[in-house]
Amino acid sequence: MYAFTQHRPATVRQAASLLTKQEEAKLLAGGHTLIPTMKLRLAGPKHLVDLSKVEGLSGIEMKGRSLVVGAMTTHVEVETSPIMKESIPALAGLAGKIGDPAVRHRGTIGGSIANNDPNADYPAAVLGLGATIITNKRRIHADEFFKGLFETALEDDEIITKVQFPKVNKAAYVKFPNPASRYALVGVFVSKRSSEIRVVVTGAGANGVFRVTTFEEALKKRFGPKSIEGLTVPADGMASDIHGSAEYRAHLVGVLARRAVAAAA
Amino acid sequence: MTAVALTVNGKAVTGDVDPRTLLVQFLRENLRLTGTHVGCDTSQCGACVVHVNGKAIKSCTVFVWQIEGANITTIEGLAEPNGPLHPMQEAFREHHGLQCGYCTPGMIMTAIDMVNRKGHELDDPTIRHELEGNLCRCTGYHNIVKAIAAGAKAMKGHVQVQS
Ligand SMILES: Cc1cc2nc3c(=O)[nH]c(=O)nc-3n(C[C@H](O)[C@H](O)[C@H](O)COP(=O)(O)OP(=O)(O)OC[C@H]3O[C@@H](n4cnc5c(N)ncnc54)[C@H](O)[C@@H]3O)c2cc1C
Ligand code: FES
Ligand code: FES
Repeated sequence: MYAFTQHRPATVRQAASLLTKQEEAKLLAGGHTLIPTMKLRLAGPKHLVDLSKVEGLSGIEMKGRSLVVGAMTTHVEVETSPIMKESIPALAGLAGKIGDPAVRHRGTIGGSIANNDPNADYPAAVLGLGATIITNKRRIHADEFFKGLFETALEDDEIITKVQFPKVNKAAYVKFPNPASRYALVGVFVSKRSSEIRVVVTGAGANGVFRVTTFEEALKKRFGPKSIEGLTVPADGMASDIHGSAEYRAHLVGVLARRAVAAAA
Repeated sequence: MTAVALTVNGKAVTGDVDPRTLLVQFLRENLRLTGTHVGCDTSQCGACVVHVNGKAIKSCTVFVWQIEGANITTIEGLAEPNGPLHPMQEAFREHHGLQCGYCTPGMIMTAIDMVNRKGHELDDPTIRHELEGNLCRCTGYHNIVKAIAAGAKAMKGHVQVQS
């Protein structure tokens, strides 16, 4: 690992100013992506700006018709939160399927979303629920946030502070975990909020998380697994690696989407 | 260098460390608590699991300064040096839940965390799901699962010696 200097700001403003002032500075949240990456020398920040002492970045609260989740809220907190289990059980369930218990004790929603790993689970829920990402500078709708593999709309000195999830009528997430890493080989998140239907796929796309508009259209007529029976996504555009071919992933998208709709309906 | 202060197995400890120092390095190299193992160093195997403020975490994936002031329990802190084993340790011995023993400290720390969160009656699917972050190259897991189910029951009414 390359050497670095650590900083422990107490406010978002201090953290942001460290990011602007220090050369090659990076935020540290749960560290469960960044630390392994630093060990492999794939990342070598000169300054680490740790968010764990910053006030007001964690916790889950209901605001009107939305659930607002602080960026530093850990996966286990989302998994076990009574208000989350009551209002958006699909999201609590998704958090409970990330990695393993020790990973869930440290990993955070903000870190996961900022990282935008193509096999991560949270991006599917953020896009699948039409959430809004709140930063120290602005509000970004999920549709504008994810920009391809490990790329997001975030600027270098921008910090996610909260994620706002609207309550929906129906939602479910079905994940086919990679048996070794537990990340999603393919995961499908579906939701229905009055007339808005979203079918979102993580793990499969060669360019990261994406919506399947053909499935969404078919589900508008009737929200049930029969409505998308026989529908497929083209293998073209799917990721292909030692874990699964593009054809296999495309096949899983159809299967998991039907299961997710059945679970939500 | 950076100064750190923690409580480890009930004792206050301090150190002056390079910021790159991981918790597991601090435990093994500074404190000579070598019961916590490094199996992979890539956050996957769980041999390094310890409790930080009562929660199981992988000590190879946290810098020691990140948890400044925290209360740590390692495998060495579960029982008195010459006293009886912790019920979960005893269950691993009784049910032959280990062969080489390399994964065992992490397995036991994960198992106790599991009981703390999920209670004393644990069925097979729950135990196996909860063990997703702990790898064992020897046992084939069957006896580990048996040991955890038995240890969970035996932990009823058990009072932790330290921390
Ligand atoms: C063994 C293992 C298994 C895993 N399995 C899964 C899985 O099944 N599914 C899954 O989705 N993930 C999985 N993960 C990843 C895990 O969920 C990570 O915790 C998560 O991806 C990153 O969150 P973090 O809080 O650890 O972020 P960090 O590692 O601290 O940071 C990640 C990146 O995000 C940036 N960042 C962090 N917080 C913010 C913020 N508030 N604003 C802007 N940028 C920020 C950092 O600068 C860094 O670039 C796994 C990890 C491990 C080690
Ligand atoms: S050494 Fe920490 S998870 Fe393997
Ligand atoms: S007993 Fe040898 S690795 Fe588990």
